[in-house]
Amino acid sequence: MFFQQLVNGITLGSIYALFALGYTMVYGILLMINFAHSEIFMVGAYLGFWALSLLPVWVQGWTPGYFILVFAIAMMGAGLLAVTIERVAYRPLRRASRLAPLISAIGVSIFLQNLVQVTVSAQSQPYPDTFKISHYEFFGVQVNSLQIFIFALAISAMVLLQVFITKTRLGKAMRATAQNHTVSQLMGINVNFIITVTFLIGGALGGLAGVLNGMYYGSIKFNMGFFPGLKAFTAAVVGGIGNIKGAMVGGFLLGIIEALTVGYISSAYKDIILFAVLILVLIFRPTGIFGEEVTEKI
Amino acid sequence: MTLPRRWPLIAIGLLVVLILPLVLNQLGNLYAVRVIGLVGIYCILGVGLNITIGYTGLLDLGYIAFYAIGAYTAAILSIAGISFWLGLPIVMVVGGAIRLGLGAPILRLRGDYLAIVTLGFGEIVRLVLINLDAITNGPKGLPRVGEKIADVKLFAFTLTENIHFYYLILVFLLIAIFISHRLEHSRLGRALIAIREDELAATLSGINIARTKAVAFVISGIIGAVAGDIYVHWNQFVSPESFTFWESVLLVSMLVIGGMGNVWGILLGVVLLVAVPEVLRSTLGTAFVDYRMIAFGLLMVVIIIFRPQGLLPSRRRALELEAAGGEP
Repeated sequence: MFFQQLVNGITLGSIYALFALGYTMVYGILLMINFAHSEIFMVGAYLGFWALSLLPVWVQGWTPGYFILVFAIAMMGAGLLAVTIERVAYRPLRRASRLAPLISAIGVSIFLQNLVQVTVSAQSQPYPDTFKISHYEFFGVQVNSLQIFIFALAISAMVLLQVFITKTRLGKAMRATAQNHTVSQLMGINVNFIITVTFLIGGALGGLAGVLNGMYYGSIKFNMGFFPGLKAFTAAVVGGIGNIKGAMVGGFLLGIIEALTVGYISSAYKDIILFAVLILVLIFRPTGIFGEEVTEKI
Repeated sequence: MTLPRRWPLIAIGLLVVLILPLVLNQLGNLYAVRVIGLVGIYCILGVGLNITIGYTGLLDLGYIAFYAIGAYTAAILSIAGISFWLGLPIVMVVGGAIRLGLGAPILRLRGDYLAIVTLGFGEIVRLVLINLDAITNGPKGLPRVGEKIADVKLFAFTLTENIHFYYLILVFLLIAIFISHRLEHSRLGRALIAIREDELAATLSGINIARTKAVAFVISGIIGAVAGDIYVHWNQFVSPESFTFWESVLLVSMLVIGGMGNVWGILLGVVLLVAVPEVLRSTLGTAFVDYRMIAFGLLMVVIIIFRPQGLLPSRRRALELEAAGGEP
């Protein structure tokens, strides 16, 4: 039972970790909670849904290319959506009080959810089950190929991101911008461009998480982003918001906590427990596991 | 106390809110009376939430939880046979105590974290109401089959019709507005506004931040609980689905769109976000309701970008915004 729930938790955690990266990257650079990120996840899932069901048959026959194309469409679309949201709803508020962008983000979130509800469907829709699932058993623990696929994909995305952030020039510029906008600008970094790149990458990872979520649970709905979004945000906070490694660790931690709650207590309490974790972490260790103490600038 | 500068306007407004529902009731338009009553309830909630968001600048995304706590406490008390008037102070104490219990640890959090924690708390309350079958009857709501929420009695008179409850709501709304108005211009109110503008400067001016914030937080929670108490006696039924996160968001949008910190702005926000959609629904059909939230979302973004002070800002806040070079 324990190891079975651990496997489920790691799968869930892979999705949360990918999702949490978007929150943490944006927070690291702009110090704002991108409340609309949960809608980017949802839109990503829908883009994947359309790509999976609408791509012509000759593409569907060629399995690896088919999935690469589906993920590319969903990630690109979600990334561009995130960039657009930043341009339209956040950039004009960059100098406003801290709550202004949060309220604006809530507005974007309401807008997107209801737009999808009205124009696409208010009901949950079955996700195309084009992924051939085969089951394996190791020492009595059930693992299926979809779980392995989700985990492998999430890990590779995270490794790529880590390499990008630590080894490339652009990654270095992102780290610098996160530390100080003005000084970065003086060093010749185009801060607006860096912010756009951040939203693009964060949004793409959110979209990827959305598609994986749809494939894993087998259905999608216009409000599917809300609870996972709060969990991913919790994961980012638990790991230390603004810290990329923290978001990954936090994501897996949250997935495992959720799976164990479902297994040992009751699935009715999984959301209550997660909110309780969020509140407790914020009260007792608001900097999270990897977060650094930040002194308030005066 | 001298008369406010715009007293003729206020007098006309009072006359309208006193007489218009009575006329509608006599004309037999009970639906309109019900909508106006609902607007009144939302106004009480708006005034209560405004103390937290508008005066103190704490973004509370779970305010609806206190409306829920008030409604459920009142329903349970009423089923147990305790009258509305006797139950009212108990509801206030319960609402205030829970608000204090929540506020004590979280009020020192930074603004955006506070917003998320209150959101989490709001959802916890809703999920607990759904899962705590023994007390709340789960998703089916209260009262259970065979039970009844007691009528509200005023001496020998029993409130039965919508119009009766409308006047009860109006009285409580006026009390809430009075409290809020006196608070704004008191020493405490000025301290709250100082905290909103600059916490550090407020501390240096000798304001006890933790205590001042807690007082505002608790007052606003009590007002929310009272609104829930009235609502449940009027509606005679309460279930968890009335208290979703989107209700909290609707309340916040009312304040943002109407104008934070100003009672008239809140009234405008409620009328725009609650009454107008209701009226349009009865004339244009339900298809419109689906598009309502899309419009709210857009409106929130547009207003926060182009008119961050809201449509009818408080005079003081507008002046402050101007003095600060257009930045809040």
